[in-house]
Amino acid sequence: MTPRRKRLLAVIAIVAGVGAATALAMFAFRDNLLYFYNPSQVLAGDAPSGRTFRIGGMVTQGSVQRTPGTLEVRFVVTDFRHSVPVRYEGLLPDLFREGQGVIAHGRLNGGGDFVADEVLAKHDENYMPPEVAESLHPPTPAQAAE
Amino acid sequence: MNWIWFHKLASPPHAYGIAGRLAPWFGWPAGMLILAGLYGGLVLAPADYQQGDAFRIVYVHAPSAWLSMLVYATMAVAAAVGLVWRIKLAHAVAAAAAPIGATFTALALATGAIWGKPMWGTWWVWDARLTSELILLFLYAGVIALRASIDDRDRADRASAVLAIVGVVNLPIIHYSVYWWNTLHQPATLTKLGKPSMAGDMLWPLLAMLLGFTLYFGAVLLVRLRAEILRRERDAAWLRAELA
Repeated sequence: MTPRRKRLLAVIAIVAGVGAATALAMFAFRDNLLYFYNPSQVLAGDAPSGRTFRIGGMVTQGSVQRTPGTLEVRFVVTDFRHSVPVRYEGLLPDLFREGQGVIAHGRLNGGGDFVADEVLAKHDENYMPPEVAESLHPPTPAQAAE
Repeated sequence: MNWIWFHKLASPPHAYGIAGRLAPWFGWPAGMLILAGLYGGLVLAPADYQQGDAFRIVYVHAPSAWLSMLVYATMAVAAAVGLVWRIKLAHAVAAAAAPIGATFTALALATGAIWGKPMWGTWWVWDARLTSELILLFLYAGVIALRASIDDRDRADRASAVLAIVGVVNLPIIHYSVYWWNTLHQPATLTKLGKPSMAGDMLWPLLAMLLGFTLYFGAVLLVRLRAEILRRERDAAWLRAELA
């Protein structure tokens, strides 16, 4: 084996070895690498109980209820299979709205509600002008009547 | 196959001359593409349907993030070539590339944070995409620091090359982080296969910026490579003849 081939094999071995080690480590920590749990995972009991975690999903259309005069807001987060009601008191990001992806940080209370202390908006990878968005999602009759 | 051109390219005097002649061919198109992309992105493109005008930071953020990974791949390949074939010029390329990549990584992180505050509601989260990109910045810093901390040039070349090659593992993690794990960061808008998730009049400025940034990297790499060759060959006879 020439010295050059030896060095080439050494470089390949480094990449393969570090890659395998990283893959194993990521496999071992895969649950900790999840930034949020979706409602199905929460209802299946995969989310940690008794400590805080994050829940992510879509805000269900028509589910947002605000208490007048306060910052209290209730809404339902869904992954289109299961839903979890969320309670939150505080400022919401500009992108927060019904039908929008959100990630809330908090814990489950005894009644199955998720009590959030932070709500972040998750925007998607689609970019389009407002006219295009409107033509894709025509306003509902209720909105059109406004 | 005739490899003479390749060995010629690896000789510092030839590389010094070729890099000097090539640099403008990257620099001028880069400048024009970036100007066109900025005008298209900041003036001509319509506002986004939900992000409004704030989406326009994508025209700097996405090219910076792309370059942060492309530069790392370039640096690692150069380091591997230098390590295996003992080509000093390849180590010079790696040394010239590292600060460029670190700059683009920092730019991607900074523009992402500025975007994140109004869109997500936070400057920073520890999700897989953001964290792996931060690790990339630390890898660049490690490669630069390791090279600077060893006085003997050959040993510095070899040590930083090994670190650069080890760090390659992070590149697929960054790219696939948004698919492998639930992250706050959204998946890619542009993919090799499939239709881009972006309207046409918003898309072409982004493509112009991506190509412009890439050519800019080529130009800066060539200029920095010349400086690196000057530093390494400061006692060489050819250089004295060149500068005389």
